Amino acid sequence: MKTLLVAASAAASLGVGGVAVAQDMTGAGATFPAPIYAKWADAYHKATGARLNYQSVGSGAGMQQIRAKTVDFGASDMPLADDVLAKDGLVQFPTVIGGVVPVVNIKGIAPGQIKLTGQLLGDIYLGKITKWNDPVLAAINPGVPLPDEAISPVRRADGSGTSFIFTNYLSKTNPDWKAKVGEGTAVNWPTGAGGKGNEGVAAFVQRLPNSIGYVEYAYAKQNKMTHTLLKNKDGKFVPPDADNFKAAAAGADWSKSFFQVLTEQPGKDTWPISGATFILMHRNPEKPANTANVLKFFDWAYANGDKMADDLEYVPLPAPVKDLVRKSWAANIKDGSGKALAGK
Amino acid sequence: MSATFPAAPILPGESKIRADMNGRPPASRRVSPWADALFSALAHGAAWLTLALLAAILVSLVVGAAPAIQAYGLSFLWTSEWDPVQNRYGGLVMIYGTLMTSFIALLIAVPVSFGIALFLTELSPLWLKRPLGTAIELLAAVPSIVYGMWGLLVFSPILSRFVQQPLQSVFKGVPLLGSLFSGPPVGIGLLSAGIILAIMIIPFIASVMRDVFDVTPPMLKESAYALGSTTWEVVWKVVLPYTKTGVVGGVMLGLGRAIGETMAVTFVIGNFNQLNSLSLFDAANSITSALANEFGEAAPGLHQASLIYLGLVLFLITFVVLSISKILLQQLKKREGQVA
Repeated sequence: MKTLLVAASAAASLGVGGVAVAQDMTGAGATFPAPIYAKWADAYHKATGARLNYQSVGSGAGMQQIRAKTVDFGASDMPLADDVLAKDGLVQFPTVIGGVVPVVNIKGIAPGQIKLTGQLLGDIYLGKITKWNDPVLAAINPGVPLPDEAISPVRRADGSGTSFIFTNYLSKTNPDWKAKVGEGTAVNWPTGAGGKGNEGVAAFVQRLPNSIGYVEYAYAKQNKMTHTLLKNKDGKFVPPDADNFKAAAAGADWSKSFFQVLTEQPGKDTWPISGATFILMHRNPEKPANTANVLKFFDWAYANGDKMADDLEYVPLPAPVKDLVRKSWAANIKDGSGKALAGK
Repeated sequence: MSATFPAAPILPGESKIRADMNGRPPASRRVSPWADALFSALAHGAAWLTLALLAAILVSLVVGAAPAIQAYGLSFLWTSEWDPVQNRYGGLVMIYGTLMTSFIALLIAVPVSFGIALFLTELSPLWLKRPLGTAIELLAAVPSIVYGMWGLLVFSPILSRFVQQPLQSVFKGVPLLGSLFSGPPVGIGLLSAGIILAIMIIPFIASVMRDVFDVTPPMLKESAYALGSTTWEVVWKVVLPYTKTGVVGGVMLGLGRAIGETMAVTFVIGNFNQLNSLSLFDAANSITSALANEFGEAAPGLHQASLIYLGLVLFLITFVVLSISKILLQQLKKREGQVA
């Protein structure tokens, strides 16, 4: 009996090991795109037999792991500046687009009923506007029954790409915010309770009356939270939806650099707090075969993955941006002999 | 217990072997000579491994925190600014939060646990003893995330409505107490974290106390009762002095858990890195909660080093707490036998 068990477990471990050697790709990083990467990986495995192992450990940890070369690619919600990329010998490219949505919990207020601007949102999170019926809020929301209650701002407690996009937007639209707080995955929040993860913020907002928070669009939509309208750069109040995120991506100039934070982009339909999520890879990888496989995977995902992204409330990249990414692969990611790895 | 004087008793399994030897002692010793040495080496190894691990943790914490230690030195301990954007870090808010929540937890948990243990050992009817004891032990097995979610979704609204708002209206304008109870009464912050921690550590402290109360020799207790002592006097003057080492040990076990608890605290403390007021209602932060929240996304460099520095501080706090408990016990021992 015992020998049988040993033999069986040995066989099982051999079996698993055998598959792992074949075509395993590893990646680590941002949690926001993890569901879509998992879905793509599953479909890709069915189509080609290759496996992708993605650990959603957070953007910061993902950057660290790709720098340490423990994974084939890293993933981050926060793009790296071009000089940082050059210094570390890394290349970055976007995969999907998402948006950050302010959500509120006020009795009697329906989704899309409250209008906000970046200036006001910044003042709320700075603690300068403390009541919902503040005259400046009432001025742009005529006819909306704003209560005479204190605002409870809620924000992310953990470092996150969502916070980066949100604080980047506030820095662009509220000079006071830029001077006092700034932007980053974690900042020195002057006010508000912190929830862990999108689900933590959502739980706080749903629990605390008269609160305001910000979550990923997909999260707000799935949980049917009360979103607000925001004023975009063209001065129009827009609701958060997939077309408006796409408009933000279309307005950006991707041809010079993929370092694009899609906040406060021009365009009449543009949602002002949009952002892409990024993949980081080495220019001259130590394991060229793995890198070639990863590029093959993302090439496949660009071609076949848009429907899956739509299903999960992510916004696929516009086609011209995908072409730019493919060109960038061919130009930048090479093996030891200087040959491009894409398409190998 | 059993009669041992002629020789070692013959166990059923051995009788056959002995019979084969025609009554002569077995040729080989029952225990191989190397077994003792092996066992001793293993036991020594296990003990040294613990020490080696402790030293390794300490060393790696110091190495990891080195950039922050160089940048701030000890001023890290009393600086309250925590600003990842400007890359300036100080640990006061988290250190204060950890100490304060643990203190609140002990303040609630020790008397309650004492009551539970007292009831179970001295007052409880026999039929209730076992179910109640098991229930308390089961509470200790509830995962901390469950306490956290319950705290956030169920407990904090109740706390806000029935404790914080009444307290605020009563103490409004009173100098010191008023400021302790100021701030938004939303049920999230130091007080709720402290209470959740208390609920979590009560089972630990109570079951240790019950176990040590149980080992007090009945003769001592009965003698005291015979002299006319009340139950309270028996517990306070006989049971407690007899079991003080165990009781302090149990409290320390609870305190250790409270200081190190992460998930449950993260949910209800509010994770707020400003020290604006003394209020117990204000959102705050603790060392473990800051580590859990920020480590994954912390950029390498000063941010990460400062988080590891916080870990080092937590390590030292635990060490100091343990040392204080040992000193306390020694002082108690010295005073033994003296007339109070």
